[in-house]
Formats: sequence, structure tokens, C-alpha cells
Amino acid sequence: MMAGYVSTTDQERREMLDAIGVASLDELFRDVPVHLYKPSLDVPAGLSELEAWTHLRTISEQNLDLDHHPSFLGAGAYRHFVPAAISHLISRGEFLSSYTPYQPEVSQGTLQVIYEWQSLVCQLTGMDVSNASVYDAATGLGEAARMACALTRRQRVLVADTVNPLYADVLRTYTTGPNIEVLPVRAWRRDGSHLLRAESLADAVDESIACLVVQQPNFLGWLEQVEGLAERLQAAGAILVVAADPASLGLLRPPGAYGAGIVVAEGKWTGGPLDFGGPLVGMFACKQAYVRQMPGRIVGATVDGQGRRGFVLTLSTREQHIRREKATSNICTSEALIALCTSIYLSHLGKQGLREVAELCLQKSHYAAERIATLSGFGVATTSPYLKEFVVTCPRPAAEVNRALLERGIIGGFDLAGYSPDLADCLLLCCTEMTTGAEIDRLVSALADI
Amino acid sequence: MADSPPKTNGAVATAGLAESGSHGPLNGGRKTPEPLIFEKSVPGRRAGSLPPCDVPRKPVAELIPEAELRTDLSLPEVGELDVVRHFTRLSKLNYSVDAEFYPLGSCTMKYNPKLDENVAALPGFRQLHPLQPEETVQGALRVLYELGQLLGEITGLPGVSAQPVAGAHGEFTGIMMVRAAHIKAGRMRRKVLIPDSAHGTNPATAAMSGYEAVTVGHDRRTGELDFADFKAKLDEDCAAIMITVPNTLGLFERQITEICRLAHDVGCYVYCDGANMNAMVGQVRPGDLGVDLLHINLHKTFAVPHGGGGPGGGAICVTSDLEPFLPAPVVARRENGSYGFDHHRPDSIGRVHGFHGNFNAALRSYTYILSLGKEGLYDVGANAVLNANYLRSKLRQAYPLYVDRICMHEFVLDGRWLREHGLRTLDLAKRLIDYGYHPPTIYFPLIVPEAIMIEPTETESRQTLDAFAGAMLAIAQEAREQPEVLHEAPSSTPIGRLDEVRAARRPDLRWRAGIAGEAAESLSEARHEAAVQGRY
Ligand SMILES: Cc1ncc(COP(=O)(O)O)c(C=O)c1O
Repeated sequence: MMAGYVSTTDQERREMLDAIGVASLDELFRDVPVHLYKPSLDVPAGLSELEAWTHLRTISEQNLDLDHHPSFLGAGAYRHFVPAAISHLISRGEFLSSYTPYQPEVSQGTLQVIYEWQSLVCQLTGMDVSNASVYDAATGLGEAARMACALTRRQRVLVADTVNPLYADVLRTYTTGPNIEVLPVRAWRRDGSHLLRAESLADAVDESIACLVVQQPNFLGWLEQVEGLAERLQAAGAILVVAADPASLGLLRPPGAYGAGIVVAEGKWTGGPLDFGGPLVGMFACKQAYVRQMPGRIVGATVDGQGRRGFVLTLSTREQHIRREKATSNICTSEALIALCTSIYLSHLGKQGLREVAELCLQKSHYAAERIATLSGFGVATTSPYLKEFVVTCPRPAAEVNRALLERGIIGGFDLAGYSPDLADCLLLCCTEMTTGAEIDRLVSALADI
Repeated sequence: MADSPPKTNGAVATAGLAESGSHGPLNGGRKTPEPLIFEKSVPGRRAGSLPPCDVPRKPVAELIPEAELRTDLSLPEVGELDVVRHFTRLSKLNYSVDAEFYPLGSCTMKYNPKLDENVAALPGFRQLHPLQPEETVQGALRVLYELGQLLGEITGLPGVSAQPVAGAHGEFTGIMMVRAAHIKAGRMRRKVLIPDSAHGTNPATAAMSGYEAVTVGHDRRTGELDFADFKAKLDEDCAAIMITVPNTLGLFERQITEICRLAHDVGCYVYCDGANMNAMVGQVRPGDLGVDLLHINLHKTFAVPHGGGGPGGGAICVTSDLEPFLPAPVVARRENGSYGFDHHRPDSIGRVHGFHGNFNAALRSYTYILSLGKEGLYDVGANAVLNANYLRSKLRQAYPLYVDRICMHEFVLDGRWLREHGLRTLDLAKRLIDYGYHPPTIYFPLIVPEAIMIEPTETESRQTLDAFAGAMLAIAQEAREQPEVLHEAPSSTPIGRLDEVRAARRPDLRWRAGIAGEAAESLSEARHEAAVQGRY
């Protein structure tokens, strides 16, 4: 009778029911309204392991995976090299099948991993403190906006319109409840010149503004002129919130160096595969002064009775299980295993490796852009410095170009029509260290052919 | 690890140790602490290599202005073997369900099938970009669509989104949907009713969504919602009641259909915290009870491994009336049989995740549900409840229950009697570690002063339950006869009880380059002082 992952035999079940003092399983459910008990579910019969495996493998083959097709898609999800050690280490049952580390004596592995992750995030972003992770960069920005409002006791946030539009959507969902007003700041022009400058902010920033959210490099790939932004904001008592890209930080100066108060970054792509966009993991770091308003779990070092170093969840008076409706956030389960991937990645690549990754992205994207610029009808709209993504203008609607590329076995760029109708002929292309020179050449000939 | 039984009188100890033997809680675990990865760094050392640049190379300074480049990046410099050993050693400091019984109440630490891991690793799922053209990801979209159909059927709530990535995230999504539905109907409501036994995420969610959390008491005798208090507090200003079924005492709310009816009468939605769905799988559908929305912790009920604190999945399931408010986009099946994202959702609360939620958690749950099938799903709920009641019946001779009656998938012991021996639930928990077990959830729900919350799940064998009961009974005897043994526990772990007060008073939250130990500590302390006096 029993299938699945239950091992109790019928004989045992009878003895167990006896021990409980009931005659049947049904008796255990006597509190359930009897007319609703044991519904007939319209669910197929179970599959053996072999059948399930074959079924799922067949479904997976209905997808076009990027191991077999060159792709120039980025727009918030990046394909970087993942060292083999990572999947082996995170598959260890001790990491994979443990719970949130509530009992420190038997959870030092996870706790130390999180302490190291917090340290790595701080090193990378140039910030003072970090937490055990949030769900992703998008929800992280939502949390950051709420946190900035709580810190400043203000209700308005500025968001540059060069922030990833999906992040901006989530930020809006996160700020609706407390009636925080989200004001977009125009920060791009079609010709690639940027509008976001400390001087031009003067009018937008007043004493009602909690923070300004910018992304570096921005959604369109180029570097925002961040110099002076933090000072301008500070003068009005507001906070600079930065969405950063960990791989780019191998080369770029950390947000802490230009005065960011809160930094959020998507940690998934440095250590994890694409996974159709999830799970992700949000890095979340801030200035020391803001630590008690941070969302999420935080791990700290301390000692046991014999003075030995150990790690515990700490500063939990910010959290839902203690503060309930007064908590800084409702987050409980987060993305620990993905944070582990990133920690292994950053340890494995180290300072030299991460720099090389960023530089390979830089070289390949510039090579691709230069080649595409020579094609008749195509142009490169990005005129500011960029690292791995750039905007290409096409002779036809971007969607048509993408379709033609797909016919040639290439997954093209991100169609910017959805981002702004002004950019309906523009593609956002991305190259990383995974993109080979040969793939770029193939893209260029395909475009020439369209 | 302890190679000898826990320090105690032999006879009782061996009873409890029957299964976990002499291994201690961390099978083959280490006694020696592992340095931080930063402390292993040697300048110039590195792991692995990247391919050479295969395109013409330009000086970096030509491409990025000098001022935008970083001058320092203090990441560890270690070799690949250093990395592999470091993380392998850290793993050995962890307790896990793959190795041992994990009776953590409210967390449903069931076995996570290995097949699901292999499926998640298939390149056809793993190497998919979330923004690929829909025609290139039909398989992935099919998984999301069919998982929605299955969860809709299992819960009786047909509108499903797998975008939320954790239970609390599902709660937030659900309460924002409630808010949107009220606003659409022109109702401005201010309150959300929440039982005092609820998980902390419930009131935190209500507050995050702009509502006032109003606490409803519980009936001390039945352990269920205090019906009179509920009726007194229910009015037309209530947007929703967030109720956990079975509740956090592991008891089925027998008045649930009546609660739903009364709530609906005043236009108040019923949100069910589905963290305890494991008890209901195949037994009863929350939608049939009258619930309007419910989240499912895929990392509990549907076997996604918990990963030391995520990733999980917090799929939200709602009635068809609430379906228009689901996070956008939703996965749809087109007339021609293909799948796609429906972005045209004018009433949607918007996105709650950067992409499509934790796709590979959804994929694992999909595989799990198909493997179980209809009968296997029934077995989940039935055996989860059987195991809990079996364990409860074994423990009740020594441990009073907060409410002594047939339970669902978990039960809560009242540890107040330990106080007579100068002990607390915490001491019992730590002593269990010496017997080779992860402690149950303790001090939750908050309504039970010295709560010990035990959830065995359906995947544990009778032998495991017997061995665990043996350990619990042995400890009850120790508590009476040698309470000091409990005070000193755990003695079998690489570290003893940690100074949590110090951790909070003098926060040391990160390693810092060039600053070791005490110096780093006083620095962070100084900064903390500065922060306290700071502007905010
Ligand atoms: C009853 C209950 N509700 C909500 C949650 C929150 O779920 P998650 O940790 O997935 O956010 C939990 C999990 O700890 C829970 O036990």
C-alpha cells in the first residue's frame, strides 16, 4: 500500500495505532470535518524513480539550454564560469539538508559559512556590515528602500530609471503597504549621455527624501556618474542606495568608496548557474550605524565557556520571531545555500580570479561592440564607459533581429522595447568570460546577414 | 565526536543511544575548530585558472576611467585544495537530516529525495536564462504551469503563483493581494487578526503590508483559537485573519469552517499560514474548509532541502476570485497548447521577485509530487500524523503536553516542570545533542512558556522514533536525578554553549583585513557606540 518515501510497514502501522490507542488512521483525523475528509484528488498515480527521471529529462529537453547555444542575454542574469568544486561542496548533505542554524553547537558549519559570507560581502562592496542574505537583489532593494525610510523617518524614495525595471517593480510592491512614495528620476538619454549627476539632483532632493536608488553599472550597462551623489544626498539627510554587480566589482571601485549607505547585489551569478532565474541570493550591506535597522539574520562571532571562538545568530531583536509586528522585516528562511555557493566562488577565485573575470567581460564586450559598430545599419548607442553590457541600435525592430538570430541558433540580446518604447530598435547585449571570440564572430556574421 | 556515551548513568543512556550509537550528534564530526578562510590566505596563492583572453585586448585604463577602478580587493588567496578542505570541514560541523533525525517542530524536516537533486541539475533546466524567448523554454514553463495545477488541486485553491520564495514571502504576497482586493472593492480596512500562537512572520507581514496586527487569544483548554475573542474582534475594519491550520500547537482548528463563514460575512478574507500543510496533504483541502489564500513552504511540505536556511519556495494558492491579484506575470497555457507568461494583469500586486521565483525549488517539488502521485500524497499526511501521535503517546508518560489530545503532524510539550529541578527547556535541548539528536523547536509557540515542539514527519521509521523517545525519557530521568548533567550539556560538540549576550553587546559581524581578534572587536564596539549616538 505504502509508496513514496514512507517506510513504515502495515504491521508496524497497526502496532503504532495500538500504542496510540486508536483503531484506525481515520480516527487520528477526527477533528477534520467529516464531509471534507479524504477528498478525491485529481492527481495522477505515482511514478517510479526511473519513470519520473525519464519524464523530467524529456521535459528538460524541450528547452534550449545555453550550454549548447551561444547567448548574449544579460539584463540582470549573467552566465559566469562556475568552478566544479562548488556543486560538489554544496551537494554535501550536511549543508544541503540542514535547517536554519538555531542550535549553534551543531550548526557551526553553516554559521561560520555565513560569517565568512558577511565578511566577503563587506570586502567586495566596501561596506561595514552585512547580513546572512535576502531573497534576491530585487527584494533587497525593496528592503533597502523601506529601511532608508525607517532610518530617516521619511516616506519618499527616488529611483533612477536606469535601475533594472524588474527590480523597480519589486521595489514598488515592497513599498506599497507603508504608503512610501516612489519617484522616478530620469537618468538616461537615447544617445547614451547620462542625466544623473549630483548637480542635476539638486531640485529632486529635499528634506522629504529618504534615499536615492541607483544601479552601478546601470541596467543599460554603463557606469553612472556617482561622484558627489552621496554628499549631495547627505546634505539633505538622505541615503545613497546602490545596486551593484559582484563580478564587475572585480574591477570597479566598491560603493562604500563613493559613500553608499546601503548596498544590494545579486550574488547568484558569482558561483551559481542560471537556473531559469531562481534561486537567487541578495547581498545586503550597510554602514555600521544602520545595523540595527537591517532586515534578516545576522551571524556574529563570540566565545563559549572555555573561550573558544564560535558563531551564533545575533542582534535578533530586529527580527520577526522576537519583535513580531515591530520587526524590521518579515524575512525568515532566506537563501543560505546560494550564499554558500557565492562564498566558495569568491574564495576559489580570490582577488586575482575575480579581477580576471571582470577584465575578460570588459575585453569581450568591447570587442563585440567594436565589431558590431562596423556593420551597416547597426550602431552602438552606449557612449559612456561600460563593462559587460552595451546597447546596440538595429536597422529593424529589435524583436525581429532576435528572431532572426534564433533561427541561426543564437540567443540574442535583451529587447529594450519592453523597457522603453523609445528603444524599440535597441538590443542590450552582454558578454562575459563565457562568451568566446568565435561566438562573437558568429553573432557578427549573423547580424551582417540579417 | 564523543566516542563514549554521554556522561550519565549507563543504563538509561544506552536506551536512548540505541540508534545513534556512539557517534554523537555530528557523525564523524570534527573536534578542532576550522580557521576562517581569510586566515588561510597566503599572498599570491590561487585556485584554478581562467581561459586566456581570445579577443584583441586593450589596456583597462582605456576603457574605464582610472577613478572608477578599485585599488584594493581583499579576498582570500587560497588553493583549490584549501577551498575544498575548508568547506568540507565546515560541513562536518553541521547536523543534517541526511545523517540524523531532525525533530524540529514547524519545520517539517522530512527526507529530501535525491532524484529531485539530479533533476534540478539537468542542463536543460540548469542552463536556462530567465529572459530567454518563451519558445525556447517550453519545458520550464510547463513545469511551472503543471506545478500550479497540482498545488491548486491539493489545496483546493486554484490560483497559484510560485513567485514567492519562502513562507514569509508568500505571506507578504498574500496579504498584499488581500489589500489590493479590498482597495479594488473600495474598502479601506486597517486591521489583520492574528492568533497569539502564530509564527512571528504573520504579524511582521501584516505590518509590512500596512496593517495593524490585532492579536486574538487562544482557548487554554482546547488549544484552539479563542472563539469569543475572535468574534469580539472581528468587524468590518478587518482585512483578513491569518490563521495557521493545523495551528502551531499541532491541533486542528475544529471551528475553522465557522471562522471562515463569520469572516466572510463581514468581507474579511481568511489567510491560512500553510507552514503546517504537511498534516493536511491528501486528508483535507484548505480551500474546501473555506480558506481564501494560503502559502505553501515548498521546503517543508514538498521536500525541497532546506539548505541551512534556504533556498525554499513559498508558492501562494488562492481562490479564483483572488486570482487576478496574483503577482505578475503568471504562467498560462495558450489555446495552441504552448506555455507563456501572461504579463497583462491589470489588477496584479506587481512582482515580488526579480524573475520567476525559485524555479529549481519548484522543479524539485514538481518531481516530488509526480513521484508520490495520488496515493503517495495521501500517505504523506496520514503517516506524518501517525508518527506524531505515536511519539506523543510515548512521551506523555514523562512530559506533560500543553494540550493533551490527538494531535496532527506535531505536538508541543510543556517544559515548565523542569523548573522544579532548576532547569529550563534549553537545558533539555542541549542534553539531547549529547544523545545524538537535534533538539526540537523550543520556546515556540510563545504561548507555551517552556515549549518543546516536536515534529517527526512521515519519512522517519518507527525504530528512529523509538530511539528518540528513549533519549527523551532518559533525559527526563536525568533531570530529576542529576540535573547538573543537563546544565553542562552539550559536552560532545566541538564547542560548548556560546555567549550570546556578548555576541549582541559587542557585535563582531565580519573579518577585517589586518585586524585580528580583540582589536577587531573593540573597533566594532567603538563603531557601535558611535552608531548609537549617531544621527539616526
Ligand atoms: C508556522 C510558520 N509560519 C511561517 C513560517 C515562515 O516560513 P519561511 O521560513 O519559509 O519564511 C514558518 C517557518 O519557520 C513557520 O513555522
